Amino acid sequence: MKQTYDVIVIGSGPGGLAAAIAAKENGADDVLIIERDVELGGILLQCIHNGFGLELFDEDMPGPAYAQHFIEKTIGHGVHTLMDTMVLDITPDRTIFAINKELGYLELKARSIVLAMGCRERTRAQILLPGARPAGVYTAGTAQRFVNVEGQMPGDKFVILGSGDIGMIMARRLTIEGARVERVLEIMPYLTGLTRNYVQCLLDYGITLQKQRTVNRIIGRDRVEAIEAVSVDNRWNPIPGTKEIIPCDTLLLSVGLIPENELSKKAGVQLDPVTNGPFVDDRFMTNVPGIFAAGNVVHVYDLVDWVTEAGYAAGKGAAQFATSEKAVAEEQVALSAGENIRYVVPHKINKSHLAEDEVRLQMRAITPIEERVLVTVEDQNGEVIAKKGEAYARPGEILSLVIKPKTYESVLKATRLTVHVRKR
Amino acid sequence: MSKEYDVIVIGAGIVGSLVARYLSKYQLEILLIEKEVDVGMGTSSANSAAIHAGYDAVPGSNKALTNVMAVDMWPQLSQELGIAYERCGDYVVAVDDEEMRVLEELLERGKQNGVPGMEIICGDEIRKREPLLRPDVVGALWAPTGGISDPFAATIAAAENAMMNGVTLKLSTAFEDFIMEGSRIIGVRTNQGDFYARWVVNAAGLYADEVMHKAGVRPEFTIRPRRGEYLILDKADFQLTNTTILFPTPSSKGKGILVASTLHGNVIVGPNANFVDSKENKDVTKEGAEEIWSGGKKLVPAIERKYIIAEFGGLRATGNAPSPNPEINYNQDFIIEIPENVQGLVNLGGIESPGFTAAPAIALKVIELLKGAGEDLKAKPNWNPVRPARPVFRHLSRDEQARLIAKDPSYGRIVCRCEMVTEGEILAEIHSPIPATTYDAIKRRTWTGTGRCQGGFDMPRVVAILSQELGISPEAVTKKGQGSEFLFRRTKDVEKDHLTVEGLL
Repeated sequence: MKQTYDVIVIGSGPGGLAAAIAAKENGADDVLIIERDVELGGILLQCIHNGFGLELFDEDMPGPAYAQHFIEKTIGHGVHTLMDTMVLDITPDRTIFAINKELGYLELKARSIVLAMGCRERTRAQILLPGARPAGVYTAGTAQRFVNVEGQMPGDKFVILGSGDIGMIMARRLTIEGARVERVLEIMPYLTGLTRNYVQCLLDYGITLQKQRTVNRIIGRDRVEAIEAVSVDNRWNPIPGTKEIIPCDTLLLSVGLIPENELSKKAGVQLDPVTNGPFVDDRFMTNVPGIFAAGNVVHVYDLVDWVTEAGYAAGKGAAQFATSEKAVAEEQVALSAGENIRYVVPHKINKSHLAEDEVRLQMRAITPIEERVLVTVEDQNGEVIAKKGEAYARPGEILSLVIKPKTYESVLKATRLTVHVRKR
Repeated sequence: MSKEYDVIVIGAGIVGSLVARYLSKYQLEILLIEKEVDVGMGTSSANSAAIHAGYDAVPGSNKALTNVMAVDMWPQLSQELGIAYERCGDYVVAVDDEEMRVLEELLERGKQNGVPGMEIICGDEIRKREPLLRPDVVGALWAPTGGISDPFAATIAAAENAMMNGVTLKLSTAFEDFIMEGSRIIGVRTNQGDFYARWVVNAAGLYADEVMHKAGVRPEFTIRPRRGEYLILDKADFQLTNTTILFPTPSSKGKGILVASTLHGNVIVGPNANFVDSKENKDVTKEGAEEIWSGGKKLVPAIERKYIIAEFGGLRATGNAPSPNPEINYNQDFIIEIPENVQGLVNLGGIESPGFTAAPAIALKVIELLKGAGEDLKAKPNWNPVRPARPVFRHLSRDEQARLIAKDPSYGRIVCRCEMVTEGEILAEIHSPIPATTYDAIKRRTWTGTGRCQGGFDMPRVVAILSQELGISPEAVTKKGQGSEFLFRRTKDVEKDHLTVEGLL
């Protein structure tokens, strides 16, 4: 096989597939996807529920169907793939070390790289969940793999901690498979996943969600036998007199996702401590020239459609970098989080890109505002460059705003852009 | 009557496994029994992994004698067993004059115990050696013979080496009672039948008190489980400047919360020390995590909560045995004896910290006791002390990795992405002399599932491998033995069940 590629994409989830397609469509000849699983598609393959494609295709697809659309395009474009292959190391000069059973130890060179490793789930240790350590405590995504890919039921009587999307989707899935979901507990005073998942997965199936309530103790020596639930105040302190033992055999955790950037760090990529993903520009190039990042590896998205869109942008950037052989020094403007905004991606915009492309900004709110809000992008003088009205702002749902090419002139003059979300 | 052994060892923790291993030098028929599905699942599976230099134990106690004696055994033992060990030295850190006075006492105690090379170094020097320590450190006690090993690997390798030399290991075999003729022990009754022997070694760890009571030995001796909780930090997020162990100055409460390197590459913080009601209560607690965290943070302020990837609890087998040395008044010593009121028992008890360090010396003491009791121990001419280590993919150079995959392609598939454990390593452990038959057994042997995703990625894959290699259904695969199954049924089985209930099938 070849040793050198124009673009190597690591990961074949929605971000990686879109990046590979866009790289091909923007002039890269040799594009390779390296995937650690045995099939293309990433986590989409275990997401057999619908809800994918509404934004990009105006179509409601299950995850594998959505993935298949891009897999076929990837293959049709002549993208090379290496399956069942793990990348061990990446150097800043874009050498990739990987292994698989068939070809053994591989050393590959890339003119540009797109990191698309996705994210991992937070575990019980990361939230310091007290109690015993028996079998029967799973992250929601691991349980999803057991049920939807392996065809195995990891329990019969569940409690789910966290109102993240995968947790709520698994509540429905397990109920359909004949299991009982006793309760969904959420430590925050608000939902952390999408409202539509709350309606379609919990309300429609009569599953109880309790907010400001959490697991105080896991009980059981060999297998989970029960959990002790407790209510908490706004500072997460247990409220006396609110303990309840809930008998169950399984505890699922849906308590957040973390972009998976251990490989990025090895390549010298700098990470934003707020997103846990790389600092990126509007084509998703990291601080390391020629190394791009796309999808949940940058920040955790709530809709796969936006991951695909980010993959397209990163793939285009990677192809341009690979074919021009060097990075053009660009004039950039930094974006920062303003009022009630936790973070904004991208972190900076290459001003010249705005002449040809629109740039989508993705933000998360800090505290919920349950009334009409205005999202604004303002320059250093408080001049509004772009704005968008929304019905509400919730931390669980990403705010999205497009800066159009028509703002090119005003952005050209800006030295700093700040994003705010305020009540209207 | 079943086969008669010369020696039965009860309990395959680090102590029992090393006793069996050192006894296997001699022409003896030895049986090692363990109640769990694997060796080393009790106290040996949850501790600091420290090889203590020996300045902490009360001079003249069994703890002090075996600790200091064992420190000199670890370099050769670790070589022979093919396990990780590093004599990195350790520090006790003082932050004020009062603590400096305690360091002087420790130094004096260390000298009495025969600990070599200790010295007290000044604040500037210790901060130079470990700049991550809190800035107001005024001095430290440096013990160059302190070190770190791997208690999981040590126990497994010791038991394996014992088996290589003819020892029989029976897992899932729980001691129930002694078989006695008058005051002489002639065997043990277990849940797997009766086994006879001329000698029985009590190495039952947390349960050593209950075992000896069955023989009518030391009815006043009790073990109170004392729990220690630990936190593990992500190796990619945080490292100490050098591999070492940092202790705070001890107080009346104990050795205090240490911050230390592990030879798996992570930093460990802990333990606290709290008596608990049950010998199975290894719960982690909210209060415990806070206590450990504030202790660790006090010593090394640079650690951050988001670095935490694992939390666990372990139990110390804290006894109440007076020291056999009449010159000292100490009531928490190791029991290493042949009791006077029964025959055929070598009795070990109260083996808490520094038990892991002291274990090889305790094993030699057992041999001494047997010789002293008139056993004519004859060396085996062909005893092999070397247990060859199996390949650990992540520790190899690129060239070595490439050669290993070329030789055996199963080393070309990563099963645990955080710790970079390959399928080849997992298969090797499933087919090793003490087969890894559970998820946790694979975890202890290969480090699978110990990283930042805590098994989220590898668990379905390991369950599939265990199912295939052991020829059992995925539903029969367990975390740590019967009752800890991961999976209950196939997804679509529910339809059949419902039809059956309604009489339709």
